[in-house]
Amino acid sequence: MGAVVGTLTLQTRQRQPSRDNIDDELEMTMVCHRPEGLEQLEAQTNFTKQELQVLYRGFKNECPSGVVNEETFKHIYAQFFPHGDASTYAHYLFNAFDTRNDGSIKFEDFVMGLSTLLRGTVREKLEWTFHLYDINRDGLINKEEMTEIVRAIYDMMGKYTYPALKGDVPKQHVDSFFEKMDKNKDGVVTLEEFVLACQEDENMMRSIQLFENVM
Amino acid sequence: MAAGVATWLPFARAAAVGWLPLAKKTMPKPPVDKKSRNDEILFVNVSGLRFQTWKNTLDRYPDTLLGSSEKEFFYNEDTQEYFFDRDPEMFRHILNFYRTGKLHYPRQECIQAFDEELAFYGIVPDIIGDCCMEEYRDRKKENQERLAEDTEAENATDTPLPPHSTSRERLWRAFENPHTSTMALVFYYVTGFFIAVSVIANVVETVPCRPPKGSKKDLPCGEKYTLAFFCMDTACVLIFTFEYLMRLFAAPSRCKFMRSVMSVIDVVAIMPYYIGLVMPENEDVSGAFVTLRVFRVFRIFKFSRHSQGLRILGYTLKSCASELGFLLFSLTMAIIIFATVMFYAEKGTKGTNFTSIPASFWYTIVTMTTLGYGDMVPNTIAGKIFGSICSLSGVLVIALPVPVIVSNFSRIYHQNQRADKMRAQQKVRLARIRLAKKGTTNAFLQYKEEGGFQGRGSDNALCLKNRSSFEHQHHHLLHCLEKTTNHEFTDELTFSEMCMTESVGYRTSRSTSISSQQGVATSCCPRRAKRRAIRLANSTVSVSRGSVQELDTLQVHKTSAGPQSSRSSLNARTEDLKLNCEDRDFTAAIISIPTPPANTPDESLPPSPAIPGILRNSRPTSFTHETVKISSL
Repeated sequence: MGAVVGTLTLQTRQRQPSRDNIDDELEMTMVCHRPEGLEQLEAQTNFTKQELQVLYRGFKNECPSGVVNEETFKHIYAQFFPHGDASTYAHYLFNAFDTRNDGSIKFEDFVMGLSTLLRGTVREKLEWTFHLYDINRDGLINKEEMTEIVRAIYDMMGKYTYPALKGDVPKQHVDSFFEKMDKNKDGVVTLEEFVLACQEDENMMRSIQLFENVM
Repeated sequence: MAAGVATWLPFARAAAVGWLPLAKKTMPKPPVDKKSRNDEILFVNVSGLRFQTWKNTLDRYPDTLLGSSEKEFFYNEDTQEYFFDRDPEMFRHILNFYRTGKLHYPRQECIQAFDEELAFYGIVPDIIGDCCMEEYRDRKKENQERLAEDTEAENATDTPLPPHSTSRERLWRAFENPHTSTMALVFYYVTGFFIAVSVIANVVETVPCRPPKGSKKDLPCGEKYTLAFFCMDTACVLIFTFEYLMRLFAAPSRCKFMRSVMSVIDVVAIMPYYIGLVMPENEDVSGAFVTLRVFRVFRIFKFSRHSQGLRILGYTLKSCASELGFLLFSLTMAIIIFATVMFYAEKGTKGTNFTSIPASFWYTIVTMTTLGYGDMVPNTIAGKIFGSICSLSGVLVIALPVPVIVSNFSRIYHQNQRADKMRAQQKVRLARIRLAKKGTTNAFLQYKEEGGFQGRGSDNALCLKNRSSFEHQHHHLLHCLEKTTNHEFTDELTFSEMCMTESVGYRTSRSTSISSQQGVATSCCPRRAKRRAIRLANSTVSVSRGSVQELDTLQVHKTSAGPQSSRSSLNARTEDLKLNCEDRDFTAAIISIPTPPANTPDESLPPSPAIPGILRNSRPTSFTHETVKISSL
């Protein structure tokens, strides 16, 4: 009796694998991206060939499929900031790198972004930062966008800080930022206002120089 | 943090530029990286198999050997590579860990070898990937269990008793391990016999015997030969009671003993008899009395002390308690369901057997276990349909937990087999180890005879054996120890020979050889001291050549490590032993020194007053676990 039931179940199981194979194949062909040639990338960015090689080796090791999606990005960023919640900021950062807005970062995007940040001119860096803050890509930063960014950054700090976060610290931070940046007090910050204000800020200029040799 | 994340760190740091406009203070200075940023390929040679990898790959895990500066210790300047004298096959897996960030456990490798490699390369086994973690854990646990069994087998109760055990301990050991002494074995078989007799008597009691004259009815033998059976029963119960009381007395923890299964069985086996004794011959209570007699059959369980198979079966059932419980529960559920259905299906039929639901229980059980007695059968069509469904499902429900129980039994049985085999192999292993130890001792002694000292080389016709430098150095070390302690190494036989002369009688030819032994040895045989030459401690005296290979009645078991403590400790020990030596004035004995020039030592004999001092030096020599078994002296 038991044997009969057993053989029946076996029969039903054998019929299934054929259906699964097709699904597997589809999945395999989905994502596998290769970057442009090394020379092209070298021309487009400010990195040398060796640096690009090192970068790609690391990138490919982490993402064999050649693309980074937002989940992975958030996961990676969460590893660097385990104290708090880095997912919101990672989301904005992801969008900043994803210049093509297709939901994934390929090696070219990665390298371009890095090139700007590490080897670009001060203006290029400031422009990149402006694009980071400008969430809806309308060329202006308003208070809501800035508040979101600042909140995301403070989220990364987590709950346990010194001194403790009392009151609406992000809002105060945003207010002081707008105080500095918004020259004509119209409630929004344009790119020019932003660049000007930053160039006036000596602390910032000094700090930018420090980040040159991260790579 | 996972290593792969290290690749993204420069990226995250670069992205920190995005915080700069918001920062109210200046950023701190970044750490300066002095290392060359250029990546290079490293060569790693593992026992001839050359691996190449990027330096960055290895740097991913800086707290391992390959990732830290520890690997510089293995750097070979001439060949410009890192050389490791380890297993190349295993290294593949280690290197893959650096490359992929996941450590895999190769199934065909020995778990201990793998662990050792991991320990060498500084990798913690906890990071084994999920794919291999279960397998790794299972095998590790299995290995540990097996090793624990080994050590248990080593410390098995077969070992000889500690010398000062009370009679109570000895009695307990005799009960637990009948093989240790003949008395215990006899008792073991006697109880077994009586258990069998008791059980058989219980059985035969009920067989109908020929009726006595003048009666037509067949009587069971128990009622015909009442006295005979009563006597037999009494004898058995007496033996069992005696055994139980002895065990209770000898048990190291009486409470624990009383709660153990075997003792409960013992009690249950003998109680009915005593209760029957005190119970009056009343018709009312005799029914209960009969019930009690049923318990006598529990005596058969006493056999489990005698049979390992029974114990295994019992242990299996205990360990499968959950599966059995599940079986019982599901059966109960099914019985109730089907009984209800059958009852209502057969309700209408006239003269049906299914008078109530509990009455249907019997039908359901008989059908589900496919017994099918046929005393209750459904008549209606609905009843027959449900009856067939009942029998089909019965087979399923019963067949499900059985494989689990079977596999459990098989596992436990094999474990027991293995334990028995281990114990048998253990003896062989210990013997081999002892032989090896003796080999090294003999090697040293031979070395001393042969070419150890100057002026002796021509004596031996034996050619100097090809000795490794290791052996030479080892022998030199032992030599140094001899010089330090002013005592010499000897082998068992020579030493035992020194002490056995008391009973065996003295042979002059031996005197010279024995006389070359150390003076302290004469302590046990002071009567012969005069004939003994005493080579004094300062001189290095070689052990007598052609050392005595005579049968020794004194067996000295050395369990302490290394032979260096042997001689001095033996000497010291014999001082403590009273080996039929009445007078302990060995100092006096030693001072009388005739010195036959048997073996000319290199150094001259020091003056006698120094002797006692030297001898006394030997006393505080520490000795550990020496057991001297003297069979007959």
